[in-house]
Amino acid sequence: MQNQTSEPIPTFFEDSGSDRKGLAAWLLSTDHKRIGLMYLYMVLGMFIIGVCLGLAIRLELFSPGKTIMEAQTYNAVFTLHGVIMIFLVVIPSIPAAFGNIILPIQLGAEDVAFPRLNLFSFWLYLTGAALAIISLFAGDGPPDTGWTFYVPFSEFTTTNVNTAISAVFILGFSSILTGLNFITTIHRLRAPGLKWSKLTLFSWSLYATAWIQVLATPIIGITALLIIAERVLGVGLFDPAKGGDPILYQHLFWIYSHPAVYIMILPAMGVVSEIIPVFARKAIFGYKAIAFSSLMIAFAGSLVWAHHMFTSGMSDTAVLIFSLLTFIVAIPSAIKVFNWVATLYKGSIFIEPPLLYALGFIFLFSIGGMTGLILGSAGTDVHVHDTYFVVSHFHYVVFGGTGFGLFGAMHYWFQKIYGRMYNKNVATTAWAILMIGFNMLYMPLFVIGMQGMPRRYYDYLPQYTTGHQISTYG
Amino acid sequence: MEHKEHHIMSVKVATAVLAALLFLTFVTVAVSKVDLGYFNVVVALLLATTKSLFVVLFFMHLKYENNTMKAFVFICFLILAIFIGFTFFDVAYR
Repeated sequence: MQNQTSEPIPTFFEDSGSDRKGLAAWLLSTDHKRIGLMYLYMVLGMFIIGVCLGLAIRLELFSPGKTIMEAQTYNAVFTLHGVIMIFLVVIPSIPAAFGNIILPIQLGAEDVAFPRLNLFSFWLYLTGAALAIISLFAGDGPPDTGWTFYVPFSEFTTTNVNTAISAVFILGFSSILTGLNFITTIHRLRAPGLKWSKLTLFSWSLYATAWIQVLATPIIGITALLIIAERVLGVGLFDPAKGGDPILYQHLFWIYSHPAVYIMILPAMGVVSEIIPVFARKAIFGYKAIAFSSLMIAFAGSLVWAHHMFTSGMSDTAVLIFSLLTFIVAIPSAIKVFNWVATLYKGSIFIEPPLLYALGFIFLFSIGGMTGLILGSAGTDVHVHDTYFVVSHFHYVVFGGTGFGLFGAMHYWFQKIYGRMYNKNVATTAWAILMIGFNMLYMPLFVIGMQGMPRRYYDYLPQYTTGHQISTYG
Repeated sequence: MEHKEHHIMSVKVATAVLAALLFLTFVTVAVSKVDLGYFNVVVALLLATTKSLFVVLFFMHLKYENNTMKAFVFICFLILAIFIGFTFFDVAYR
């Protein structure tokens, strides 16, 4: 396409048609690969910050009572761990980074449909990230509401919720624009002859994800604005004293934030669907079923938000219906897992780091998914709600799923991006450490959660000490 | 990317739509004076929906778009309807 005989062959990073040099060649580039890589580096940077905050939480919980920080600091630390990890790491991780790098290549397109919008979306992400970090230091202290910003506490706390929630609003915009770009790209810029039935499964998963980004994200944007309206103007939408409804906030929040889980997990599933057939040296089993299940997850996943609210005081009818709907999501998820296993069956498997991460994904995601069913049944959920069982469940899904998917993608596409091979021994060792550490960290949390250890508590009864300590070592 | 020529609406159609919108606005105001109990809200919402449908179909040219675009808009509204509708599983049964 590009490499006529007289011109040098462009490298992977080539920003065709631009003569910018140095940093500007990256920050002002509309090239999808450069934007994708910038996302990747930002995500990894934020991931390190998030991990440090997580480590601080674990160290604080190493023993009962005060260990390394005050209770107020602890509240701020777990809030920012959540905000950074969710909005700045896992949501943009695979779609924004690898989606940008890989999608146009897989479609045979020169770039995404709207390259400038893509760059704008990255800048919005940067702005959001900056605001999230500013909220740590500016105003009356870092926000202490938890990443969910639940009312009524978030309306009245004097900490810097306004800045943090503005960050969420802006990051949401970035996500919507990326989704819009991907939908248009997949519809309009497929190479001639690339029919829908020939699309790669990674592209299919990004397509399903993009729809959720476009349809669900505006709701968190509006909700964020409403919180600011409550705080600044005292509108009273969520305040019963003024005729408002605090549960309405939870609805609005989870209408986005539950589908957001699928923004996180679907692209990771796409990555796994790419990796497994390569390392099993076999065509994927059930292509159509996997592609269709991506759309099913995106659709069904949008109908189940209120399962986060079983104990909120909403109506029993709603509890019943949303519990039933929640179980429907298990079907397409299981379709994927069974098809991956069926692809591996009688394959000529060679074990390489990307496959290890993909297998890690299947194992950890299955645990996360299964425990999700325990939480999805209204009866058991009442027992374990807001305990460490929930914390462990979503870390298995989000870190065990998306995190491992991201690392798998990084290894799988490493050579394509950098033109050389990583050190396989180091990569395999890293995977083993991660696998052992991960399970050691989160498995005990299931146990102490079942025993009744509530999440987000600064202090705990001595009986939970062993579990917390094993977890911190992990 | 091929760009189909934009459909240009005739003055006649535009005027007809405008008249319909004005008429429906008049009906909205008139109906609000009649006490229909619970159905006041239903009627008001139906009228508003019809009006927005006119705007989307004619002034925003959806009528002249291809089926993909129509499907997109339909899906968006469907999902929005689900989001609002499902919330009533809670609100209506509390």
